[in-house]
Amino acid sequence: MPNIKELEDLTTQVRRDIIRMVHKVNSGHPGGSLGCAEFFVSLYQDIMDRNEGFDMDGINEDLFFLSNGHISPVYYSVLARSGYFPVDELNTFRLINTRLQGHPTTHEGLPGIRIASGSLGQGMSVAIGAAQAKKLNNDDKLVYSLHGDGELQEGQNWEAIMYAAAKNVDNLISTIDLNKQQIDGSTDDVLPMGSLKAKFEAFGWTVIEIEKGNDIASILEGLNKAKSLTGKGKPVCVLLHTIMGNGIDFMMHTHAWHGKAPNDEQLAIGLEQNAETLGDY
Amino acid sequence: MKTYTYTEKKDTRSGFGAGLAELGRTNPNVVALCADLIGSLKMNEFIDENPERFFQIGIAEANMMGIAAGLTIGGKIPFTGTFANFSTGRVYDQIRQSIAYSGKNVKICASHAGLTLGEDGATHQILEDIGLMKMLPGMVVINPCDYNQTKAATIAIADYDGPVYLRFGRPSVPIFTPADQKFEIGKAIQLTEGTDVTIVATGHLVWEALEASKVLHDAGISAEVINIHTIKPLDDKAILDSVSKTGCIVTAEEHNHLGGLGESVARVLAQHKPTPQEFVATNDTFGESGTPAQLMDKYGLNSDAIVKAVKKVIKRK
Repeated sequence: MPNIKELEDLTTQVRRDIIRMVHKVNSGHPGGSLGCAEFFVSLYQDIMDRNEGFDMDGINEDLFFLSNGHISPVYYSVLARSGYFPVDELNTFRLINTRLQGHPTTHEGLPGIRIASGSLGQGMSVAIGAAQAKKLNNDDKLVYSLHGDGELQEGQNWEAIMYAAAKNVDNLISTIDLNKQQIDGSTDDVLPMGSLKAKFEAFGWTVIEIEKGNDIASILEGLNKAKSLTGKGKPVCVLLHTIMGNGIDFMMHTHAWHGKAPNDEQLAIGLEQNAETLGDY
Repeated sequence: MKTYTYTEKKDTRSGFGAGLAELGRTNPNVVALCADLIGSLKMNEFIDENPERFFQIGIAEANMMGIAAGLTIGGKIPFTGTFANFSTGRVYDQIRQSIAYSGKNVKICASHAGLTLGEDGATHQILEDIGLMKMLPGMVVINPCDYNQTKAATIAIADYDGPVYLRFGRPSVPIFTPADQKFEIGKAIQLTEGTDVTIVATGHLVWEALEASKVLHDAGISAEVINIHTIKPLDDKAILDSVSKTGCIVTAEEHNHLGGLGESVARVLAQHKPTPQEFVATNDTFGESGTPAQLMDKYGLNSDAIVKAVKKVIKRK
């Protein structure tokens, strides 16, 4: 059993990283990043079977693809704190000549990243390709992906969702960050998508829901259940109910902090609500 | 003057199919994807021999490009197959982000390029694909001229690590390059030696350039014909060496003059050796229905058009 307290401490530190990174360059996407901090920590620290170091082909290890690339702050923080690159490099986020571009990329050679993302809707196709390569290689490890709920408005996702079920891509676990927010407002205001559970099931996926998507014990239980459902002929979708901006009270339950950085005072409040645990970068 | 003849005509897409089939036998990492156009792309042989290495995507080209990018992660060398129109403009952002910017080893293989697609008309006759693809950083752009060269190019690009756009077509055209000619990416092939004009052609226009050179020879004009099968990276040296001798140039391609081979050549000349140039290409227009020969005649993409362009450019020297 993982030590939940340790994972929670890491999550708190990741939250500090996120708002400090975004504050420093006065740009970036804190809301979705904070909403997925527990998910990333659980995935990288417990769920995924990862090899030492970084190899692009990722043979005989689990792989992760981030499709909604704008939540790069949480991705970078968790990658750094999982040993892919020095934690101090978080200082360079979005600065000229950085490997930590505004949206994740392989182009600057940052270890841990296997595809560029940012233009939405492309990550599931890539994850499917990687999952099918694993099958060709007789590699029984899994492929994980994360997608925004608003991102599902991009049509390419539905090509991919249809294909993955039709081709029995059952070594894939795609998680949807169901925070019900997007840039222009709530997803129900911008473009209601109805029941995602019913849609994925109609397309032939196995769907599980994690109602408490910001609770580490619930995430671990849900993702372990998702793992147990792989290898049964169907791709697995995890609907992760999260709170955008989680962990910083004034950023929670709103789309306002989708792509906005806190000012000095707001940063101080956010840091006060998340006391240093493992040490700032 | 060196002259070229042919004994057989074949479509360049069949050269792709034959090259892919050979790769299926020689390179276990090669995989193929298709968006519901197996027959049109001549992929049957590869599929029959390697069913486990073929992915039928359905009519979903965006998904195909993403899956191809993903397959490279794990060491596969994916060859995607669909029409040129659906291989480029329809999926430009998928190629840009998931393949080109991500530096993935995907071979985008595109048939039915240009006007010679024929009767289906403008919706399918893309004349902008070379421009779209050459603008993507790191993308190699290849447009071979006949069956043999397309087969050789298909085999050669598997050994190159990086994204490639391979453009070929539907109509049967003369086979005049040697079956054993090695394909070198980025290396132009001089077909005839000449002193009065350089003709740089790509794809289906290479044979037309050779036909034009015979007519010009009879008219006392000595043309140097160069087969530029690789538009990017462009063989700058071959072009500059030739115009140093001839002093003028005609470029010929089945593509819009905006964004095509001609513009790439003009850039090289403007920077290093300003030289009179004429363009045999479409003039900022869409195509239409018709037979390939009718269309190539109407839009000025044949040997007659090349002869006219040569006579015009020589006067500008």
